[in-house]
Amino acid sequence: MSEPSVNNPLIEVRHIHKSFKTVQAVRDVSFTISQGQFVALLGPNGAGKTTTVEMIEGIQKPDQGEIRIMGLNWKEHADRLRPLIGLSLQETRFVDKLNVVETLRLFASFYSLPASRVEEIITTVGLQEKRKAAVENLSGGQRQRLALGIALLNYPNILLLDEPTTGLDPNARREIWNILLQLKKNGRTSLILTTHYMEEAEKLCDYIIIFHNGEILKEGSRNALLDEGDGRKIVEFELEKNETAESYSALRQKFDQLAALFRVHWDRELSKGSVALTNLETELPLFLEHMKELGLTICNLSFRKKTLDDLFTELTGRHLDD
Amino acid sequence: MIKKRPLHQLSQLIIAHTMEILREPAVLFWGILFPIFMALGLGLAFTKKADKIGHVVLIETETGISPAFERLRQSSAGPNLEYDGIEHRHRLVLPDSVLGNMTIYFLTTTWDEGIKHLKQGKAGLLLSVEKDQVLYHFDPSNQEARLFHREISDLLRPGREQGFSQSGQVRALTLKGTRYIDFLIPGLMAMGVMMSTMWGLSYGLIEKRSKKLIRRMVATPMRKSYFLFSIITVRTAMNLIEALLLFLFSWLSFGFTLTGNPLALFVLILAGNFSFAGLSIFLSSRTSSTEVGNGVINLVVMPMMIGSGIFFSYHNFPDWLVPVIQKLPLTMLADGMRSIFLEGAGFSETAAASLILAGSGVLFFLAGLKIYKWH
Ligand SMILES: Nc1ncnc2c1ncn2[C@@H]1O[C@H](COP(=O)(O)OP(=O)(O)O)[C@@H](O)[C@H]1O
Ligand SMILES: [Mg+2]
Repeated sequence: MSEPSVNNPLIEVRHIHKSFKTVQAVRDVSFTISQGQFVALLGPNGAGKTTTVEMIEGIQKPDQGEIRIMGLNWKEHADRLRPLIGLSLQETRFVDKLNVVETLRLFASFYSLPASRVEEIITTVGLQEKRKAAVENLSGGQRQRLALGIALLNYPNILLLDEPTTGLDPNARREIWNILLQLKKNGRTSLILTTHYMEEAEKLCDYIIIFHNGEILKEGSRNALLDEGDGRKIVEFELEKNETAESYSALRQKFDQLAALFRVHWDRELSKGSVALTNLETELPLFLEHMKELGLTICNLSFRKKTLDDLFTELTGRHLDD
Repeated sequence: MIKKRPLHQLSQLIIAHTMEILREPAVLFWGILFPIFMALGLGLAFTKKADKIGHVVLIETETGISPAFERLRQSSAGPNLEYDGIEHRHRLVLPDSVLGNMTIYFLTTTWDEGIKHLKQGKAGLLLSVEKDQVLYHFDPSNQEARLFHREISDLLRPGREQGFSQSGQVRALTLKGTRYIDFLIPGLMAMGVMMSTMWGLSYGLIEKRSKKLIRRMVATPMRKSYFLFSIITVRTAMNLIEALLLFLFSWLSFGFTLTGNPLALFVLILAGNFSFAGLSIFLSSRTSSTEVGNGVINLVVMPMMIGSGIFFSYHNFPDWLVPVIQKLPLTMLADGMRSIFLEGAGFSETAAASLILAGSGVLFFLAGLKIYKWH
């Protein structure tokens, strides 16, 4: 009989596949997560993040492949796995008519937890003033904090959060981040979080797995991904208005020519583009010269650090939040 | 290791479901006030001596006179025919202290207008005269029209005396247990059990699934059996309270009483609850769309509402349909409750119905559980 043990990796996902009628939602995904890690599954809508976490949560079954959590699997050990896990689904709406304390008490009873734990959680997620407020009267951010509180009730070893801040305003998002950063300090919990906000992945997680079309596009530590290869810098440019009037295909052609030489990305709608350069001093003049030769006049130029979105754009030609 | 507290889990589930129901204002209205209003409205309408009112059209000829009206005026009822204040309309009141008065309004108009009245439901019977013969035009399936046809042809019979000429006498039955209200109350109770279970349980569960709440709950160590047990228990308790309130109300306001075995009644209502609870679990087992749920519940509830003789006896339905109707759960429950309330029945008369209701509930419950979509 297998025991949950520190020798096993926390979570092992091996070659999982999952299809729905016409869509292959997840294709041959494998990764390993170790104890205490904070991991982001980053990718645009429809990339397969939810399907993947729900398979880890035992809510969906993979068509093929295997998932082990501390050496245990859902088929044989569901009853032992459930108490180890805390989770929030992409959209859960709790009972409208119950208030915050009642909702937490109900869930606490499923884990045989005392009322004192409910009070601790209310403090952890900062809902003291809303304890008696009915769920239907909570704001989006407060609902998400309630969902997070429920996920944290049972002192989970593994916390799985599916898009915990989607649709929230920046303040509400930061409140959730702070709760999670606090949790990270305590160091007892591992986190898997899905998101399409690169800031969220960058801010909270040390290890990032980028999903695209049901597959893992790239994975690695945050720093490794951002330094990816050569530590390129990103230069953003804007074209003169009259240039944008030029027919699309002519512009396209010019950028295709440029793309042969540079890692350039052009956004037609914004008439903005970016290029990734390794050495600004030598490469930037060269790039500007090429632009000039092609008759493209730059009206604005700026530099910034590379982000995960840049990486995603480089790899797929799309943005994360497209 | 945390000590397991299964009873705590069950009690929390029961508290949560109770709160959820009690805080929904619509529950108070549909569950408690609505049946009482129904009883009050229908009870009053049918308990008071029923004055019959009818509308009859008398056809006039092209010259603008109505031979039918002339006939009427010359009949024994002629002197009682009075002008109504509305153009071309006369009123005839036939007093009846036993069954309630009968009032007939006669409108004199053209054939085309008369037909229009018929189509609009303003009149059920048209009278014309052809070759000295009075002709009655009406839809034979219209019971009221048949009644007024008989009444008027009686009036127009030559040599008819004023007042009662029938042989034999009529006695109105207003004995407790034979009134319409007595028939109605047990039916309303049965209907309440069905409606509140089907909508409360089935719709409630489908809504919880569509909100992804069910899948969130089963991702915890919650026992699914406790979850279902608690919502069925809470719903059953609510139904019993609702039935009790309706009983108290009709006892106070109509003198409605229980003549049979209270324990048999309790068992029967409980069995009815099981039956509808099982059906509800079955109906809610797959879909997560509240629209689909709405349709499916209506599909099951509506035929029973119409067929099961809640408001009017199902014995007026075609003969071949009656045995089918009698096997519907709502019919079984309503008929059984009537026999206990009104006919003094006990276990021996209702045990079979209770057993069938409870048994079918268990079967539907197990079938639903087999295909239940928890995720
Ligand atoms: N239950 C389902 N039935 C049909 N298609 C689904 C279902 N769940 C997910 N999909 C499809 O699988 C793909 C991946 O979905 P999902 O895992 O939800 O992506 P993400 O969470 O990254 O947005 C999408 O194309 C989605 O439409
Ligand atoms: Mg998702």
